Amino acid sequence: MIEPRILEVRTKILKKNDELAREMRDRFVRAGVFVVNMVSSPGTGKTAFLKETLTRLVARGESCAAVVGDLETDNDARRLAESGAPVRQIMTHGLCHLEADMVEQHLEGWDLASLRYLFIENVGNLVCPTSWDLGESVRLALLSVTEGEDKPLKYPGLFNTADVAAITKIDLAEACDFDRAKALANIEAVRPGMRVFETSSKTGSGVDEWLMYLAERRQALADGTPPPSRRTV
Amino acid sequence: MVKSVCRRVWGFIVHELSIASRIVELVGEQVCAAGGGRVAAVTLKIGTLSCVHEDALRFSFNLAREGTPLADAELRVVTVPVVIWCAACGREVTLPGIQKFACPECGTPSGDIRAGRELDLESIELDDEAAAVEASKGRIT
Repeated sequence: MIEPRILEVRTKILKKNDELAREMRDRFVRAGVFVVNMVSSPGTGKTAFLKETLTRLVARGESCAAVVGDLETDNDARRLAESGAPVRQIMTHGLCHLEADMVEQHLEGWDLASLRYLFIENVGNLVCPTSWDLGESVRLALLSVTEGEDKPLKYPGLFNTADVAAITKIDLAEACDFDRAKALANIEAVRPGMRVFETSSKTGSGVDEWLMYLAERRQALADGTPPPSRRTV
Repeated sequence: MVKSVCRRVWGFIVHELSIASRIVELVGEQVCAAGGGRVAAVTLKIGTLSCVHEDALRFSFNLAREGTPLADAELRVVTVPVVIWCAACGREVTLPGIQKFACPECGTPSGDIRAGRELDLESIELDDEAAAVEASKGRIT
């Protein structure tokens, strides 16, 4: 009888994605473009928040672009293009998250070095995008006041991999009996020390602070501060 | 291949199917490199922070391995709890859950995660006594 042969592999299952994401991150850093991967549930207001962000950046003459992932339709890309920034739609046709190669393919033909900011709006989903690194400089997790304060506790995996968070639709806080302190405490519990912006895409509150954060982080990256390492242990 | 399978098989997709397809690909590559063989078992390490649901992964694995050298392989999953570094205690501590990233003993918050995000292929067990060559034919695309 032959003994079973054991191959000790010890490799990451998403190795190919991780390797491509690493290459993309290097390319982004060399081009001087700051990349934000935006993740949230469907309906949190990622597109509205991104549109407001792009519109303000364009008005300030800061070059920016976005790719947006959805299962079907290019509705979001059309909405975002109203900002004046170049936008491309990634239709996943059923896939619940974006992967690095999908983003890479949709960047073809864009001169990254001419951009200061690139935004990747992920598919609306609080679970599946967690494990896929897209080469981003920061991962932004969004939570709307209509979703309930305990969302971070229900989806700790995703919130824990985020670098920064935004609470959206803050103009509806009162109507929703939103408990701000509880929401902040829950975010702090699953991701200690993470910065949180309280925003409204409708009134514009909190968006300037967010833009200031982007500018600071972009500068830090340009100065050689390495992007936060995450998702790997 | 992963994405086309996802699109064909699911109306609503779970990401575990993407992960299962990657496992089948990876195992196929490793087995080829080792000269082929029949896969008896595959061992994974899955951290509790990885957002992978074991039942969904097993279900997806059964779909993804059809017609591959893994068709009869046993899937073994080792679950890894979250371990953080507690600066106050000066040591690594294991968390009982994933809702609070603070030392269970002294309560100091910590974002310094030392384990719990694994999504790793640990090992492959090959049964050389059974028909061996088929696995190396590269039927995994």
